[in-house]
Amino acid sequence: MKFSLSWLRTHLTTDASLGQIAETLNNIGLEVEGIEDRGAALAPFVIARVIEAVPHPNADRLRVCRVDSGSGEVGVVCGAPNARTGMTTVFAPPGAYIPGSGITLKIGEIRGVASAGMLVSAREMALGEDHDGIVDLPGDAPVGTPYAAWAGLDDPVIEISVTPNRGDALAVRGIARDLAAAGLGTLTPWNAPAINGTGASAIRWQDDFTEACPWILGRTVRGVRNGESPAWLKQRLESVGLRPINALADITNFFTIDLGRPLHVFDVNKISGGALTVRRGAGERFRGLHGKDVNVTSDDCVIADAAGVQSLAGIVGGEATGCDEATTDVFIECALFDRVAIALSGQRSGIFSDARQRFERGIDVSLLPAALDAATAMVIALCGGEVSAITEAGAEPAWQRQASLRFERLQSFGRSDVTPDRAVGILGALGFGIAARDAAGVTVDVPPWRNDVASAGFSAGSTLDQHEDLDPDLATAVRQGARAIEPEADLIEEVLRIEGLDRIVPVSLPPLATVPTPSLTPRQARSVRARRVLAARGMAECVTFSFVDRATAARFGATPDTLTVANPIAADLDQMRPSPLATIARAAATNAARGFDDLALFEIGPGFRDETPAGQDLIAAGLRSGATPLSWIAASRNVDAFDAKADAFAVLQEIGVPLEALQVSATAPGHYHPGRAGTIKQGPKTTIGSFGELHPSLCAALDLPAGSVGFEIDLGAIADPKRRRKSAPDISPLQPLRRDFAFVVDAGVAAEAVLRAAKSAERGLITDVTLFDRYAGDKLPAGKVSLAIAVTLQPKDKSLTDSEIEAVSAKIVASVSKATNATLRG
Amino acid sequence: MSNDIATIELHARAAIDAAGDPAALDAVRVALLGKTGQVTALLKSLGGMDAEARKSFGAAVNALKNTVAEAIEQRRAVLDAAALDARLAAERIDITLPARPAPRGTIHPLSRTIEELTALFGAMGFTVKDGPDIEDDWYSFGALNIPSHHPARAMMDTFYLKPSGRNRPMVLRPHTSTLQIRTMLEQKPPIRVIVPGRTYRSDHDATHSPMFHQCEGLVIDRGITLAHLKGCLVDFLRAYFEIPDLKARFRSSYFPFTEPSMEIDIAWDRKTGVIGAGSDWLEILGSGMVHPNVLANCGIDPREYQGFAFGMGVERITMLKHGIADLRSFYESDIRWLSHYGTSPLAPVTLHEGDA
Repeated sequence: MKFSLSWLRTHLTTDASLGQIAETLNNIGLEVEGIEDRGAALAPFVIARVIEAVPHPNADRLRVCRVDSGSGEVGVVCGAPNARTGMTTVFAPPGAYIPGSGITLKIGEIRGVASAGMLVSAREMALGEDHDGIVDLPGDAPVGTPYAAWAGLDDPVIEISVTPNRGDALAVRGIARDLAAAGLGTLTPWNAPAINGTGASAIRWQDDFTEACPWILGRTVRGVRNGESPAWLKQRLESVGLRPINALADITNFFTIDLGRPLHVFDVNKISGGALTVRRGAGERFRGLHGKDVNVTSDDCVIADAAGVQSLAGIVGGEATGCDEATTDVFIECALFDRVAIALSGQRSGIFSDARQRFERGIDVSLLPAALDAATAMVIALCGGEVSAITEAGAEPAWQRQASLRFERLQSFGRSDVTPDRAVGILGALGFGIAARDAAGVTVDVPPWRNDVASAGFSAGSTLDQHEDLDPDLATAVRQGARAIEPEADLIEEVLRIEGLDRIVPVSLPPLATVPTPSLTPRQARSVRARRVLAARGMAECVTFSFVDRATAARFGATPDTLTVANPIAADLDQMRPSPLATIARAAATNAARGFDDLALFEIGPGFRDETPAGQDLIAAGLRSGATPLSWIAASRNVDAFDAKADAFAVLQEIGVPLEALQVSATAPGHYHPGRAGTIKQGPKTTIGSFGELHPSLCAALDLPAGSVGFEIDLGAIADPKRRRKSAPDISPLQPLRRDFAFVVDAGVAAEAVLRAAKSAERGLITDVTLFDRYAGDKLPAGKVSLAIAVTLQPKDKSLTDSEIEAVSAKIVASVSKATNATLRG
Repeated sequence: MSNDIATIELHARAAIDAAGDPAALDAVRVALLGKTGQVTALLKSLGGMDAEARKSFGAAVNALKNTVAEAIEQRRAVLDAAALDARLAAERIDITLPARPAPRGTIHPLSRTIEELTALFGAMGFTVKDGPDIEDDWYSFGALNIPSHHPARAMMDTFYLKPSGRNRPMVLRPHTSTLQIRTMLEQKPPIRVIVPGRTYRSDHDATHSPMFHQCEGLVIDRGITLAHLKGCLVDFLRAYFEIPDLKARFRSSYFPFTEPSMEIDIAWDRKTGVIGAGSDWLEILGSGMVHPNVLANCGIDPREYQGFAFGMGVERITMLKHGIADLRSFYESDIRWLSHYGTSPLAPVTLHEGDA
């Protein structure tokens, strides 16, 4: 919402400076988005007369001027071709900043002649492109007067952002009222001139859609001359960025801004049938005043004549019945439209207009007759004409309602020390009528323009939308609570808004406990630890978008339509990712394309299976590509599936998953290499993750370095950590001993089976089994591998005898042989 | 005889000192103290002497034996030290060679900020709440006092998912305020939670990203006032920016789910970007007292309980604290950017241990 200071002053008598006004607007909830103060930049420029202009003695193109600046005569050297004796123009003294050229003037000498200032062009004042010569003003322009003031350019324009609850602040008068309440002056009384029309209106109203249009007024003015608006009106509209069209259209725009009261004017002679009907649309189309076709549905409220739809009510008028310079008879529409109807129509049509903005936020519901009279008066004043009586349909809705404020609540809710007198004074200044007051509180009448106060059950006001599973008795009780509290909260807000929230002294939150309880749940703490362990393993954490293009998403999992964004911001951000690995892969490819292909990236974020809360998983995923770092100690090698496995198991170990209870199976989702990836299960049913080399065709498709590896751990699938005390450790005083075995097995035997079988051979004694060598080659038969393991035996009570060690060794060999058909390597 | 002893000792000392390595020294030892050694021979000769002679000569021979043995040990220590020196000299490496590579990973600045928020609000008794990114429109709007026609819905630029056949449209949450609702339905007051998390809005330019992070906060109890809202947020801002006297300004505003609502600005210098300096104001937070309708929608009686809610952009406060210029860089995962702005996984988050 833009308005100029001079426009504001038509409603507010004030001595406040622009700075004070801006600061107050900010404090009372009308946030200043910008102030355009052209007058400030033009302050040094004054109107001056060229007493005499003579050729420069040393330069053909220059002239030496004696200039009367209003405060004395000065000499100026000027290069403008139009500088001449007797001319009235604009002078900038030394020290002035020239916005058009970015220089600050100094007293100087030009080709040997002193020059104390400058005669300027429009472009040098940043007032357009005209640079053919210095400004040529009419001879009666007052010498010595600031140019900006004379030209009407010293009127600052303030732009505020109006929050959706404050339809009344989309009017210069509404803003003035707030400022007056905040102590910045007095609101100028406003009364519509009485208009006595004669004769019936040429156009009648017929209201067939009263839910959307409870009340509508209109009146005909015959014999108007529609043309250019007077300068003051054009200047008003231009100051707020509106293009003057013609007087009749400009008048409607004026009242939209001035009173927040949208109006519409029809050319009577373009309306068929002598009546305008407010009704539902029926799938018609008409050309709007904004130059585009508008389609209307049966949910839209339209205004139609005998020929069809002429206007989308409250949003945009129609071209066919609009007023132009040839208009002689005008019909003025002044309507009250339902906020919700207009908001929904506006959403459907996608048309943003000043009228829609005001109707959907709520206008002054009782102002219609006065606004129509004021508009009529202005039509008569600017265009002449004969006024008809008012035609009317529907009726003024019952908008009157009250709200009460207990003074004690200002303290117990707001901790504000505002006095009852001050609170009542603020409400009064905002237009609330004082209906009753006692020591404990005040009851006020809500003014018709405050659709946001005590609005339950009124217009599109406050409605509850309670959770469907609430206990019915509780739901009723709290509903009554809200109904009792809300109007009072509205009034407290008004008082504190005007009083200034800054006046409330901050109080720190009282502690709930001397020592706070942990902020994170064990599950939340787990993802923090997963993040730290991965970073500690050399991976860089990234944060990527939760959506990705559907084709990429499909490579990493299911892509149901219910996880497709209906209105994506870009076609490549249209599908919720099944796993963070999908977007990490994209990020890795981008890095690789920049020449960084030795990468280790991870993310802890959501992956989506379906749209229910249970279908949204928290996943730790990572990707490594390229090779390990170059080093003189150990040769660099390409990353492989076991790097990814190490990452996955580091996460699981860090978050407290007992590793010995996990199983790895040699199957993995389709985005992995089918022979170089695994799935991690906790128990027979729960899959908690997967890892391995990424599928070569995936790498090729996404431009990932070949051989990239990745892992995914579904943090949500892992059971909550058990909070029980550890048992005492079994720390033996005896030395452990190690026995090594080499088994020859079929190449298809899983190493894990060998390790498991060895470990289970003598559970009380074997504390660790480590695979330390794997050999396949010409020293073994084809299809066989040798797996060498080191078994740690930890005696508990007494040292083991040789024969006991022999017995354990035999058990190990027997167990491994039985489980895997292994033979001891000779 | 005593002359012999003195001579032997003299010769023995010379031979010991002359031994240049442990083997030579051992040969000298054997020649003197071995089974057929010179000193051993003297000891053996004691057997043939009379008691008187054996007594005096024996003492002298034993003294010789001890002297020689001691001299050998001394020499051995010298030779060992020299041998060790020689070995150590031979074992010298170029210690300026690089160590084994141990690549350092990093924590994303957004995670870092969320950990800091958790620590700071945790100190004020808040716990962290999380929940689904995809919500139905009741949690996203209806419960938050934003009916379907409300102009505020247009403010949100919400992403919708394709219809699922469920009753309600599913949206990508446009704010983490959805968790206010889940918290109030699940938990009785007193409530103090923050909700750092991903949020989505249909906006993409230099200062907007279609996905970003918000940290919502909610306090509900008996007797919570506007003054507590101000105190809590001023306490937070001063701690987060580590400026004990940071000035904050509270301006009236509007959000459908709070009343009264306010925006909070902090002092900064627009030219230099320094927080806490200068005379300009920078918008940093939105907040307000929880709207009675929101409480009632969740089954809490606004006559009994009241409280406040707030929300801030995690990217925004991260950019301000660390001087990060471009919002989009947070999500681009450029490894150079991640290495530059990422923090150590071992850096402590508690303020008294300092900023890492």
